[in-house]
Amino acid sequence: MPTNDTGPTNDPGSLIRELQEALGASNVLHEPEDLVVYEYDATIERSLPDVVVFPATAEDVAAAVRLAVKYDLPVVPRGSGTGLSGGAVPIKGGILIVMTRMNRILEIDADNRVAVVQPGVINLHLQNALAEYGLLYAPDPSSQRVCTIGGNIANNSGGPHTLAHGSTVNHILGLEVVLPDGRIVRLGGRVPDAPGVDLRGLFVGSEGTLGIVTEATLRLVRQAPATRTLLAIFDSVAAASEAVSTVIRRGVIPVAMEMLDQEIIRIVEPRIHAGYPLDAGAVLLIEVEGVPDGVAADSAVVEQACRDTGAREVRSADEAEERERLWEGRKAAIGAIGGAAPAFYLLDGVVPRTKLPEVMTQVLELCREYGFACGNVFHAGDGNLHPNIMFDPTIPGATERVLELGGAIMRACVDAGGSVTGEHGIGLEKRSYMEWVFSEADLDAQRSVREAFGPADRFNPCKVLPGGHGCASGHASEVMQHLGAGSYV
Amino acid sequence: MTGLKFVGTDIPSAEDLANCIHCGFCLPSCPTYLATGQELESPRGRLHLINGVREGRIEPTSRTLEHLDLCLQCRACETACPSAVPYGRIMEDARASIMANEPDEQPREWRLRAFALRNVLARPRVLRLALGGARLYQRSGLQSLVRRWVAPVLPASLRRIEASAPSLTAAPFRKTGTLASPAGAGTRVAMLLGCLHGEMYPNMHTATVTALEHAGCEVVAPPAQVCCGALHAHAGDAGTARALARRNIHAFEAAGVDAVIVNAAGCGAAMKEYGRLLRHDANWAARAEAFSTKVKDVLEFVAEQDFAHDLGPVDRTVTLQDACHLAHAQRIRKAPREILGAIPGVTLNEMANSDRCCGSAGLYSVVQPEMSGRVLEPKMAAIAATSATTVCTSNPGCTLQIENGTRRFQVDADVRHVIEVLAESIEAGRRP
Repeated sequence: MPTNDTGPTNDPGSLIRELQEALGASNVLHEPEDLVVYEYDATIERSLPDVVVFPATAEDVAAAVRLAVKYDLPVVPRGSGTGLSGGAVPIKGGILIVMTRMNRILEIDADNRVAVVQPGVINLHLQNALAEYGLLYAPDPSSQRVCTIGGNIANNSGGPHTLAHGSTVNHILGLEVVLPDGRIVRLGGRVPDAPGVDLRGLFVGSEGTLGIVTEATLRLVRQAPATRTLLAIFDSVAAASEAVSTVIRRGVIPVAMEMLDQEIIRIVEPRIHAGYPLDAGAVLLIEVEGVPDGVAADSAVVEQACRDTGAREVRSADEAEERERLWEGRKAAIGAIGGAAPAFYLLDGVVPRTKLPEVMTQVLELCREYGFACGNVFHAGDGNLHPNIMFDPTIPGATERVLELGGAIMRACVDAGGSVTGEHGIGLEKRSYMEWVFSEADLDAQRSVREAFGPADRFNPCKVLPGGHGCASGHASEVMQHLGAGSYV
Repeated sequence: MTGLKFVGTDIPSAEDLANCIHCGFCLPSCPTYLATGQELESPRGRLHLINGVREGRIEPTSRTLEHLDLCLQCRACETACPSAVPYGRIMEDARASIMANEPDEQPREWRLRAFALRNVLARPRVLRLALGGARLYQRSGLQSLVRRWVAPVLPASLRRIEASAPSLTAAPFRKTGTLASPAGAGTRVAMLLGCLHGEMYPNMHTATVTALEHAGCEVVAPPAQVCCGALHAHAGDAGTARALARRNIHAFEAAGVDAVIVNAAGCGAAMKEYGRLLRHDANWAARAEAFSTKVKDVLEFVAEQDFAHDLGPVDRTVTLQDACHLAHAQRIRKAPREILGAIPGVTLNEMANSDRCCGSAGLYSVVQPEMSGRVLEPKMAAIAATSATTVCTSNPGCTLQIENGTRRFQVDADVRHVIEVLAESIEAGRRP
């Protein structure tokens, strides 16, 4: 850290002036009416930044970070603001650095299967650009039409195809980042296995607590020559869960295995018309890829495994349009719940795949016990649960009980040998659950890493790790009083 | 501090706003978000501002209102929204509840706009007088004098308006009564003539009559009809919009028709929503609801009739601009493609993002020329990339904007309503 001879200054007027000089006046927002739309992400967490900046280059980012040091303010990075854990909410104010202007694909090196992008590139825009080379970037979150690569890196995002390809950390070769003291450094490289300490791996999933990514070198994979999407229809969630383990036990790893339960099907189908039967207890959306003969053989195994575990019907789609329609229902599911319930609490937990039938039964029982409707739409192949608890926040006490139920479900995941996030990150929302997964010594080790990069209250303070100076518990219940109808946690 | 707040009977409802879960799926569909990259100019941001004003948490300062004003009301976000947030009506309600404040509290520009709309579009005689002047200006040779000698010294904004004025050289379409009565007609339909439409693009009306007649319909135009009120509703003048809706319902009910045919997507979308507009009016709510079910876009209606017989060849390579208020507000995308696909000789080259707004958006291109231009630019690039020589539309506003675009960005293409291309084909089929 460079020392600051004059000490921190507090004049907001001169901060804004300096930011405007460094980044250009039109790239700095500071009026109250402008700041208010940067107080949220896709959770119910709300907190206003002091100022919002839109950098165009790594140097712009570094300049903003240096000013944050000078004025002793927190720095919070933001992409499209689609996060599901409050990660981009500036809970202690400060400078919100919005990366949407840095949205260029700098290079696609098809022969080496590498792409170099700025962090504000939208995931789907990258996929579209890669399609003409027959390539893809494997992480495909359901929000891919709007979320940014930078946000994906911060949260180590997954997606349906994580099952076969791994999550974001498996697809980042190198990063350019701005550190909390304003230095611009490169981590990793263009080839796998860069020498030295793997700081690249450390940054992926650090949720903006260690620095800001300003450029990323991505590993690409080939689009498979043949793809088949199967829709297996079951009478119960338990039977569908059993099918997931059975498929893998029989030696086939599909590229995706997604489950939608009855509650979700009845919300999604009337709106999206994906073709899910309304009377099904659960459906599995399974995708198999490879050379055509391999796809045929693998799908036969998948189909038999589903039938042996009680599927009443297995449909298959080979044509792109038909497959997209089946997927459309899955991708729009979370959003569609917003139209069906006054509010819902979307959870993100993981369990070992083989524990799926028993944990899913527990989840449904807990929801019944607490008296809330619950829809499940999730990455079953990864054991990555997404229960959506639907409730009416205007009923006194409902929100508290929902949060309590959420805690009980997370506890069940941890007790089954799992964890409290599959892909949405910890952010503000799940800080307090970290203690269930890690010992105090484990958490201290993580704190030491964070402090090696900079003071804990500079970069995205009060996120990921429990405690922290001047941080509330960070749990959603802290902001419950601001809970408006329709928001989800 | 201002004394402004949301008042009146149109305050955006909590239920409508509650559907938004801030997922952000609307962002990449919003032309102003794409142009700026800023949450402020996005549907999610605007809904957050509206909700904040509604709750009294956010002051409706001129800065706040500017973000609402910069919305094109194209409703592409409604198509993208997985939660079915009724964005269009929330925005209309928000604007109406600002305009429901006392006149001296209303934002000056909003008040002037509403005044102009109320006293020009809603009054055919004033409108015709104004357009008569413009027509004289163009025909007399004065326009070429102005463009040569005066325009260079005009401020940029006036110069842009002068340059973007429609060509008014064709005789306006002002016929009413029975427009066609083919032998053995099984269906009787009425046509909306609109306020500006028949004055600016009379050939669209002529083509509409030709197509409806070809499809075996008797076509009438009730003389008592008026402007549909869409622009008034968009601008927050709900009172005038309601008054116009009542007059139209009355006029079209008297015609005793099976369907009310509209060849301007923006007008059709508004008239399909008369039921909602008059929901608080006990005497009119049910009549308005019944009327709205009869409203059909001309392309939607024709595609359902037997229209594909006896068509002659039309040699055109076309691309199709999906009018926002057809694709997003009325959810009609197939009908224009079915019609174009049935015309011999027509090749359809689809443009990228054909359902993204062109920046016309009613009065928007006049009151927000800068953003309108930024939205138009990628549209013209998408059109140029198709190498089409005809751009097909389904709304006169889009036609005007894209005609301007072809001049500004030197794109060699003419602009036609889909129904005009169909009428050409019908005419060609009649030739021996």
